[in-house]
Amino acid sequence: MKDNVIIELKNISVTFEDLQVLKDLNLYIRDKEFITFLGPSGCGKTTTLRIIAGFIEPDEGEVIFDGQKINHVPPHKRQVNTIFQRYALFPHLNVYENVAFGLRIKKTPEKEIKKTVEEMLELVNLKGFNKRNINSLSGGQQQRVAIARALAVKPRVLLLDEPLGALDLKLRKDMQVELKNIQQRLGITFIYVTHDQEEALSMSDTVVVMDGGIIQQIGTPIDIYNEPKNAFVADFIGESNIIDGVMIDDCLVEFSGHRFECLDKGFAKSEAVDVVVRPEDVDVVAPEKGMLCGVVTSVTFKGVHFEIIVDIGGFKWMIQTTDYEPEGAKIGLFIEPDAIHIMKKSEYSGIYGDYSSFSEEFDELSNAEEEVEE
Amino acid sequence: MNSRSSLRTRLVSSPYVVWSILFIVAPLIFVVYYSFTNSSGNFTLDNISALSKYTPTFLRSIWFGIVATLICLVIAFPLAYIISQKTEKVQRTMVMLVMLPMWMSFLIRTYSWMAILQDTGIINSLLGKIGIGPIHMINTSGSVILGMVYNFLPYMIMPIYSVMAKLDHSMVEAAQDLGGNRLTVIRRCIIPMSMPGVVSGITMVFVPSVSTFYISQKLGGGSFDLIGDVIERQFQQSYNYNLGASLSLVLMVLILLCMAVMNRFTGDEEGMVI
Repeated sequence: MKDNVIIELKNISVTFEDLQVLKDLNLYIRDKEFITFLGPSGCGKTTTLRIIAGFIEPDEGEVIFDGQKINHVPPHKRQVNTIFQRYALFPHLNVYENVAFGLRIKKTPEKEIKKTVEEMLELVNLKGFNKRNINSLSGGQQQRVAIARALAVKPRVLLLDEPLGALDLKLRKDMQVELKNIQQRLGITFIYVTHDQEEALSMSDTVVVMDGGIIQQIGTPIDIYNEPKNAFVADFIGESNIIDGVMIDDCLVEFSGHRFECLDKGFAKSEAVDVVVRPEDVDVVAPEKGMLCGVVTSVTFKGVHFEIIVDIGGFKWMIQTTDYEPEGAKIGLFIEPDAIHIMKKSEYSGIYGDYSSFSEEFDELSNAEEEVEE
Repeated sequence: MNSRSSLRTRLVSSPYVVWSILFIVAPLIFVVYYSFTNSSGNFTLDNISALSKYTPTFLRSIWFGIVATLICLVIAFPLAYIISQKTEKVQRTMVMLVMLPMWMSFLIRTYSWMAILQDTGIINSLLGKIGIGPIHMINTSGSVILGMVYNFLPYMIMPIYSVMAKLDHSMVEAAQDLGGNRLTVIRRCIIPMSMPGVVSGITMVFVPSVSTFYISQKLGGGSFDLIGDVIERQFQQSYNYNLGASLSLVLMVLILLCMAVMNRFTGDEEGMVI
């Protein structure tokens, strides 16, 4: 399992002044994979990236690249290159010279530089932009120059620090596809940092969910979504109803006053657990046919579906359904065994997963704040 | 609405317009007027043709100005870089130390250098105690240039420092990331990006150096007449305003020419400093 590893982080701890940013972090990254560090701002994802780039030396632990310890190797001697959050292009050089920057330092022959730069500019769809001034380019174009510049020196690993954060939604989606294509075409390792869960799920081979300087979960996007390890992961990735439950037996769980069949086993008898039910996995049925019954307290039209909040015994569930249910309607809910996911109790239990204080405005506000901080 | 707001803009800007007409445009017109007239007010080119005998003085002034500017640049650039790398608190203290000499009168600073450099001055009496010297330092071209460098150095440090302090650190990181060691990063990234500061620093040191008059009198002992001294004498001793004005005019033109040549060499974007 470990023969394909290109980067390994062992027991990494970092403290800035009094704040511990990373706590005993362990991680290995396979060659040629697209791995994403995902988490809210301040979770330590950028710090981890900067440790790999060489801009931060960890207080404790080892950074291993291709079997060699590289803790003290300065950034310019590492075979990794970075795409910076604000691109960090050189304003005194034009597009061609920006892309050629790394090659000139390596004293590459002029002919080869020209060939590589042309190749890279073609790769990022900026053919013919050679002589353009950096400041005359749009955000998306600058982003492409930054990618071409980093790839021109043929790194083994490309580090991307929230590279699409400054672009608008449409452009961001296009660039996501393009980045994924570039990664597959070149067959190099991409380490991507983002706080956008959708971005992480759609691009990555592996997602590393982080919070408070600790890795919460590592897995494929599907695993992370379907089998979240704790309430934090369940809430951060997508929408989740997280309910207190008790494991009655293997494949039998009780919550909201009802016993449900499920697929999870291996818990102790009558162990307290967190139960995750995704909003899209709940079927709305007539009240008498439902396993649970509740009253609709709010309805929001989302285009693809309606998002309704249902009050069930004081706990507010979010349910996504294509059938319109008016506010105040009494409805029944039907949950299939495979829609139920059981998690062990964690420090995050009880913090997330209840939609009683849910408001989209709040959600947007907190997102905006996050972006400013970044 | 439109005309009212433009009236308001005009009202607000009027003090500055009056100020610049009174103290910038009018004096310039006087300089030109005096340059081309004689003492009785008639048009003449005598003042201009009389200038040829001051050619060596002009050349010396420009030469001293260039040397002083280059020395300032060599000292200021690394210093500004070092300051900009420190923590904010240290930066503030160091900037204050750079500015500190400027809180003292220009005259006192120059007099102090006389006391330091004289044949019986501080340095020579110290050297005498250990059996060296005396070394003749005052009244040499070196002491004049030292005076210029000392007095004008802060004007070189400040603009370079303020550009460097604002440099986006991620660009330095990007240069490192792309394989640049310390030296390469400085050469290919920090120096080119500090150019605007360098250009305005050069302007701010070169112009006063070329036109200075006091330093050369006190530290040069009168044997290194600079154009500023000649101009001062025309006004203070010979009362020949017309020759003084023509000297000033030519000096101004020469400085403009020097700046234009320099801007040529340092790129187009920074051309707006003068």
